[in-house]
Formats: sequence, C-alpha cells, structure tokens
Amino acid sequence: MTDIFQSVLSGLLLGGVFALAAVGLTLVFGVMNVVNFAAGEFVMLGMYVGFFSWSLFGLDPLLAIPIATIVLAVVGVLVYQGIIGPVLGKNPLSQVIVTFGLLVFLRGLAQFLWTPNDRSVQNTIAGGLRFELFGIVVGGPQFVAAVGALLCTAAVAWFVNRTEVGRGLQAAGEDPAGASLMGINPDRMYALSWLLAGGTSGVAGALLINQFTVSPVAGATFGLIAFVAVALGGFGSVGGAALAGLLIGVVYGVVGLYASAYATAAALAIYLVVVVARPQGLRGNR
Amino acid sequence: MRNPWRCFAVVASAALVLAACSGNESSSGSTVQEVRIGVLDPTSGVNATTGLDSQRGALLAAEIVNGKHPDISLPLAKDAGLPNLGGAKIKMIPADTKGDPTFGGSEAQRLITDEKVVAETGAYQSAVTTTASAAAERLKVPFVNGDSSSVSLTQRGLNYFFRTGPHDLTFGESFFSMLKDKPNGHEVKKIVILHTDDAFGVNGAKVTVQLAENNGVTVLKNLAYSVKATNLDSQVQQVRATNPDALFVLSFVKDSVLLAETFKKFDYLPPAVLGYGAGFSDPAFVDGTDHAANAAGFVRRTSWSPDIAAQNPTAKKISEMFQQKYGEPMTENSARSFTATMTLITAINNAGSTDPAKIRAALQNIDIPGRDTIMPWDGVKFDENHQNSGARGVLEQFLGGEWHVIYPKDVATKQVVWPIQDAR
Repeated sequence: MTDIFQSVLSGLLLGGVFALAAVGLTLVFGVMNVVNFAAGEFVMLGMYVGFFSWSLFGLDPLLAIPIATIVLAVVGVLVYQGIIGPVLGKNPLSQVIVTFGLLVFLRGLAQFLWTPNDRSVQNTIAGGLRFELFGIVVGGPQFVAAVGALLCTAAVAWFVNRTEVGRGLQAAGEDPAGASLMGINPDRMYALSWLLAGGTSGVAGALLINQFTVSPVAGATFGLIAFVAVALGGFGSVGGAALAGLLIGVVYGVVGLYASAYATAAALAIYLVVVVARPQGLRGNR
Repeated sequence: MRNPWRCFAVVASAALVLAACSGNESSSGSTVQEVRIGVLDPTSGVNATTGLDSQRGALLAAEIVNGKHPDISLPLAKDAGLPNLGGAKIKMIPADTKGDPTFGGSEAQRLITDEKVVAETGAYQSAVTTTASAAAERLKVPFVNGDSSSVSLTQRGLNYFFRTGPHDLTFGESFFSMLKDKPNGHEVKKIVILHTDDAFGVNGAKVTVQLAENNGVTVLKNLAYSVKATNLDSQVQQVRATNPDALFVLSFVKDSVLLAETFKKFDYLPPAVLGYGAGFSDPAFVDGTDHAANAAGFVRRTSWSPDIAAQNPTAKKISEMFQQKYGEPMTENSARSFTATMTLITAINNAGSTDPAKIRAALQNIDIPGRDTIMPWDGVKFDENHQNSGARGVLEQFLGGEWHVIYPKDVATKQVVWPIQDAR
C-alpha cells in the first residue's frame, strides 16, 4: 500500500513540472493559434541560466529563478518580435516551420556554445532536503520543483483569468479585430503571451536544474510531454494543462510500479482515449 | 521528338566518358595519395558527448599513422603514412548519426557513394551500428566497429562487418565469473535487471538472463524503462521490494545519474550495483562531489581505463596525447574507437590496396598481438563471426572518488568492496 501512495505522490510531484512546462505552450496557442515547437528548448535555456548562475556566481538555483525568468521573458519577446511577428496571419505551415526551425537552431546554438556535455548543479539548498512520513519519501528537488511549478502555474492562471490585462489577452486571442476596437492592442497582447511563455519556461528551467542534468537536448522530453499535456488539457486552457500534467505524472508513476516498460506508453494512451472520447480535451471548449 | 533523344544521347555519352575516367582513376591503385575512411558517431543529440569522444579516438589513430612517431610502439606509428601504399595518408571523413538509426544508415551510405570512403568505423549505439553496417554491407565496404556491445551485431552473418571490442556476453561473463568467486565471501543467488527499452538495454538484459540461467542465479525481475524517463521512483521501489543480492543496470548517463539520486532519496541500496557501461562510463556520472558520493561502490564493466593505461606504457603515452590534443581525458569509448580504427588502418596497409574486397580479406587474416594495442586484451583476431576473439572486459569499482580495476585479479589494483554500503 505504501508503494501505491509513494507512486501517486512521486507522480504528482513530477506532474507539477510537466504542467509548468505546458503553460507557456498553451498560452501562446490560446492567444495566437501558434504552436511553439521550441517550447522544450525554452525550458532547456532556463536550465542553462540556472546552471550558469550556480557555476559562475555560486548562486543557488532557487535564487536564480528571478534571473532565469527575466532572461527567458526577454528571449520570448525577442523571438516574437524577430521571427513570429513577420509570419503571423500568414500560411500556418510557415509558422510551424519557423518554430520548428527555432527548435533546431536553439539546440545547435546550445551545443556550439556550451558543448553537448551533461552538466548539473551540486550542493544545492533543495538537494539537502528530504522528507519522510510513514515510509513515504519526498526528495527536496522534486518537492521544490513541484511546489514552485504549481505556484507559478496558479499565478499565471490568476493573471490570465482574473486581471484586466489577462482578460485583454484572452480577448485578443478570441477576436483580435473586436479587441482592437475596444482599445486593446493585439500586437502588445501577443508580445505579452510570449513574455509569459518565456518567463514560465525560465521558472521551470531553474526549478528543474535542481533534479536533472542539462544538455542541449534536455528540452526534448519536456517538450513532448508538454504537447501531450496541452492537447489533453484542451488547447489554450492553463487550468486544463495543469490538470493534464498532474494526471500524466500519476499514470506514469503508478503504471511504472507494475509494468515499468509501459509507463510512457500508458501516459500517451490516456491522451489517445481523451482525443477519441473528448477531442476538445479535459477543459477545452472548442 | 528528335530533340529529347539527342539530348539523352549527349547526356548518356557524357556519363559514359565520365565513368571511363573515374574507372581509370581507381585502377591506378598503386599511386594512392589518400585513403578515405568514414567515421560515424552521434556528435549531436543525447549522446553527443560520448559521440565526440569516440570520434576523437578514431581521429587520433589516423593522426598517429599519418605523422612520424618513433616514440610510440604501435604498428604504423613510426613512419608517416602507409608504407605498403607508398606512404599514402589517411583522411578521416566524420559524419553525424544524431544517434538515430535512420540517419546512421543514410549517412553510412552517403559516405560511400558521395565521399568515396573505402571503409567505415563507428557508430557507438548498437541500434545505429546495426543500420549503418547494413548500408555498408549492401555496398560491399568494410565496417569495423569498436564501441557497440550488443551481441546480435556479429550474429547477423554479415560479410563486411567486423567488431574489435568485447560484446555484452563477454562483459556479462566477466560479471558472472566475479560473482562465482563469491566477492568478499558473499554468495549471489538472486538478481534484478534494470535496463533501457532500446536495442542496447533489451539485448543486454537478454544476455544477462541467459548467463544467470547458466550460472544458477535467479532473475527476480527484469525491469525495462523508457530511454527518455524523467523519473525512476517506481523502478527503485520495485528493486527495493524484491531485495536482490545484486542489481544489473544497462543505462545511459542521464538515467544513471537519476538512478543514483533516487537510491539516495529512498535511502536504499542493493548490496551491489553492476553497470554494463554507457552511462557508468561517462565522466559526467561521477562529476562533482554529490554525484561522486552517490556513485560510491558502484561497479562497471569496461575495456579500458586510466588504471589500465598505467600498466601499459604505450596506452599511457596515447592517453597523454589525447588529453593534450582535446583537453579531455581519454575514456573507454575513445580507446575502443582508437583500437578499431588502428585495426582497420593496419588491414588496409596489409592489403596494400584500397579495394574494399582486399581490405575485407586482410581484416579476416589480421592478427595483432595484445602488446601492439592500448587495450588489456590478448590481441585482435577475428573469429568466424568476425568478432575479435582476443577482446575481454575488466570490472572496475568506484572507490575513494576514482574507478579502480577489481577484476580479473591479474590486472586488479584494488580489492572488491562488497556490500556496497562498506564503500560509503
């Protein structure tokens, strides 16, 4: 019985991070209908910011969160201004090619600048923590990552759903022409969605570097799961992505306990079931 | 209608003239200036670090043959170039497989058809070596592998594929013969195998199950996990629940680090962790104080290490050159690809020709004694499956922050520490 609880808890902790990785992706899609294939690579850059803050300035990855957030938010806006803006409203295929090209470019750049070596941080605050209750263990890095990820996801959800600017963001997503008649500048809202997408990836990266090694391809796994979480949760829904991320994490953990080889397959299988039974996703409305 | 036909006739005759020219070129084999060899490795992607390391081993071998190195006692090192080909130089053509079997196959083909290489070496991951060597076989070009360990590679009955390095059966046998000796008086009766779900992991696990059966050892569980796993909690829980005498692991570096951390998190360790390589061979596995502490007492199989180099002056010299040139230490992988490339070049020189069929024949007859290599082997000599019968593996344990050879006893520098808790 302890094993089941342990697996569910481990799965939830992992799922929290999947959720955060999916937030940026779902925001950009919800507002602009653009699929950012480089979402995982943003997380990878965030991990590198966390790593270099630690290795160059001796900053604990937890303290590096603000730095990673700002750096990636700037990267997000630059990407929007530089390459997304020009193809907006054009053939959807060109948008796919642009973000896919960005994925290839960022991976190549990371390998060129920082070598393909796997790197990791040591002696961190989170690494020194460990909780145990009734035989159920929680590692510090996992705990910190999950709590941080959920807080950040909740903050973004609050911002998008409860604030005036957030509602402007949604309005620009639903009807750019109507929104601009209401005095909302869609271009600014688009830039804002990329800023948020970049910022959340920065937070995710700085949290993840506590428990994973970083290399130029570190984003691949998170990118894939983020896509599944977004589709499962309903494109454009922050809450849906969070729920889906947690669900994937739990399935991953529990199935892993009984049929280790099929853990990933099972996580993807729920996605298949949802696509067939409820194509709009758990929380989607189209 | 006449014009297209005339056009066709002109193109066809031009092609014929070109073919005749190139035919002339290759027939004048005695004045070869340059021998082109393809080097396939995953130099981007998840295994890029290992891929680059492997590639450097191959490049260094060519460089030593091309230059004059009277101080190195390896065949072909003393004089510049290949003496039997009028001092021809080796030109290595690297290609990136991205660690993808499909890319590996198409790159192997491109190197032969476009780059005109006369032989190939690589490609690290067994799954990629499978497709790359199949492409070379189709085009009848020799492929010499040093660093892929799946047993099945040399069981496919290929005519042009040769492997200098030991395979997982050899490595597995080293593990089981150590277990038979009852390390530190501990008998091993039940084991668990934890492995990746790719060709390397699945085939390695199969070999281990077979060896366990032959040695009267029970396999309690055979756990596969995704190569892309981001969490190994469930797997470690299962290992803990079955409580084996030893755990066999087939993993890559990212998951090896994760595994060691997960053991720490659960505050659990089986009495022995025996790793088949890949992940355990990567310097990143024990890089830094946290990782080194998590890996204390782990055992890995290897075919080369600095400990081995210290016992062989030539290996020591080569590893110093490697360090100086690339700023990184030589590893098992670069040593294996170095040896595969040296073997291939020796065969080309023995053949005295760049004709792939003649190189293949020379490979079949090659016999390099152990002292003429940088490996702790009996030498390089291929059996009927084109597997080097002189290759063998050694076992190392991570003790006091360094890897030390613990088995076989004739090359061991330290006593095995068992159970693993005693090493912490």
